[in-house]
Amino acid sequence: MRFEPGQRVRVAARPHEGHCRTPVYLRGKAGTVASVHGSFANPETRAYGADGLPERPLYGVLFAQRDVWPGYTGPGEDTLVVDVYEHWLEEA
Amino acid sequence: MHDRGGVPTGEPIDRTEHELEDWEVLTDALAGALGRAGVMNVDELRRGIESMPPGEYERASYYERWLFSLEANLTEKGVIAPGELDARL
Amino acid sequence: MSHDHDQPHDHGHDHEPIGHDGEPPAAARVRALEGLLVEKGVITREAVRQGVDWLVSRSPGDGAKLVAHAWVDPAFKERLLTDARAAAGELGLDAGPSPTVVAVENTDEVHNMVVCTLCSCYPRALLGPPPAWYKSLPYRSRAVSEPRAVLAEFGVELDPGVELRVLDSTADVRYLVVPQRPEGTDDLSEDELAALVTRDSMIGVAQPRAVEPQPA
Repeated sequence: MRFEPGQRVRVAARPHEGHCRTPVYLRGKAGTVASVHGSFANPETRAYGADGLPERPLYGVLFAQRDVWPGYTGPGEDTLVVDVYEHWLEEA
Repeated sequence: MHDRGGVPTGEPIDRTEHELEDWEVLTDALAGALGRAGVMNVDELRRGIESMPPGEYERASYYERWLFSLEANLTEKGVIAPGELDARL
Repeated sequence: MSHDHDQPHDHGHDHEPIGHDGEPPAAARVRALEGLLVEKGVITREAVRQGVDWLVSRSPGDGAKLVAHAWVDPAFKERLLTDARAAAGELGLDAGPSPTVVAVENTDEVHNMVVCTLCSCYPRALLGPPPAWYKSLPYRSRAVSEPRAVLAEFGVELDPGVELRVLDSTADVRYLVVPQRPEGTDDLSEDELAALVTRDSMIGVAQPRAVEPQPA
């Protein structure tokens, strides 16, 4: 596992063709690793009938809502946790 | 268009409870049985749903989307022939 | 599962011509598909029936039992927060065939709320099928970007200073919210506590039921 809890990471801002579980609203956003969930079969290839191996590490990444939505009107403490695969994360 | 997070909408959330119809439970169970039989996995199911043309995606009900995906995947895999299901209706 | 319709299901959009009993064309279509697949030997009717039986057996009562037990047993709560599947197993509850289930706890500092913006991922084994609104396009879009407005629609206003944490279930993890134990419940049995734990409180769009005030 490349990242550890507390580490700042950024979601890659790259286009993707085909099935993907990294939401568009998160691309390019920076957060902090909150959980290390372990490794799972890659849905991006499983979605086309492949076995999804090798498994890919999955992280629960915590974002400040204000960092995700320019117009966020809620309090500064509000957060968003999204499960993101390692191959979509970079060091921030 | 399946990627909905933050998509602007003025629509309030309709909180009416909908008990699942028999055919909806059947659709769900059919997808599960196909998964356990190794014919089609959940990621393929999702990808099939995502392949719906945008207007159709939004107009279809939840399990209508599942059914679309089941048919698309099964046809793509050659498990059913194009038109074979229509012929049975 | 089926019930009489006086009028067609309202999904908020126009249906194609409705078949008998108010069912959409998809109903006949999926029955025909099952028949076709069984005939071809791709699946068995028994396998489908097992799936149906499992689905209809699922209810929020299982999740409520987990929460109630966590409320009365702090060591169990810690185990639940560490490994929800194992904790469910301790109570003889089925956490589901595949993905990971993670229980997240509401506290005085943090209120959790769960969504799946990409489809409808939900801890079905422990909560039963998700409500229609959870799968709806407006919930999926607004729960992440304007969660406090969504909570207000559900009649929830959080105390000042509480962090609202929205969890978007994008991958193989399913989230179950452990709501806070309501005030004045010290004398309740575990079953009575479980009755306070609603499905919506385990999604994070509601608080658990309050205790009825006792007559003077």
